[in-house]
Amino acid sequence: MPRLSVWLIRTALVYLVVGFGLGAVMLAYKVTPFTPVLIARLRPLHVELLTLGWTMNLALGVAYWILPRRASDGERGGETAIALAWVLLNLGVLGVGFGQGSGAPEAPLIGRLAEAVAAGTFAVHAWSRVKPFGSGTGERRSR
Amino acid sequence: MPPLSRWFIKTALVCFVTALALGAAMQSRYLRTALPMLSVIWPTYIHLLMVGWLTGLIFGVAYWLFPRSDRLHPALSARLGWAAYGLMNTGLLLRGATEPVTALDPTTPVRWLLPLAALLQLGGACAFVAMIWPRVRAR
Repeated sequence: MPRLSVWLIRTALVYLVVGFGLGAVMLAYKVTPFTPVLIARLRPLHVELLTLGWTMNLALGVAYWILPRRASDGERGGETAIALAWVLLNLGVLGVGFGQGSGAPEAPLIGRLAEAVAAGTFAVHAWSRVKPFGSGTGERRSR
Repeated sequence: MPPLSRWFIKTALVCFVTALALGAAMQSRYLRTALPMLSVIWPTYIHLLMVGWLTGLIFGVAYWLFPRSDRLHPALSARLGWAAYGLMNTGLLLRGATEPVTALDPTTPVRWLLPLAALLQLGGACAFVAMIWPRVRAR
């Protein structure tokens, strides 16, 4: 597994535990009288960590690992692009999650833009690696 | 495919079908009138989809396909995997059974099962991460 996939997948696993932990706190506090304010603050972070933090980091990490390699040199390539996507995606997730919870109006917008640029960066890299069997080297080596 | 993956994936499929059936039922005015619980079942619906279906499917496929690790004994890995399966799905089931009841009657004694459901689901996630973390490594 390439090092960038390790970063992405381990980041996803951290979000999974933190997101479930926040969910557990919210669920537990549903039975106490002072829940609404706390839940309103935690919910956006809980949702963002699990919907985009957990699933997207995992999907990008597995896709970078498992898609066929480039035909030209048999490598995955795109290390800088994937590292940039990882940084932008996670700045976005944290920006949206904390921004919505704290009421900072600009943070969610900037966060969503960062997530969109991360998606675009990854898509540009992955585009040429999505190809039919036999069109280039590396399908067998991609594991 | 190992037995644990089959259990994860088949349970995920059951959650998928159940969630979409609930989603359809929530849209029916007749059913919402006949079954008031359907009007407060949105959190159960979304968690059946995100935890039961999506996360369960990911756990099952990851357990099956991620590279094996020599840092974790296979028996311990399997025990952690089964613990993840049992804790996460029991927590989800308990949550699905108690959360709508609590939403309709906030004073019901059943509400005290919600923190237990929360702990079970968190325990399931922690068991899965402990099992899969050593298998996520650079070659």
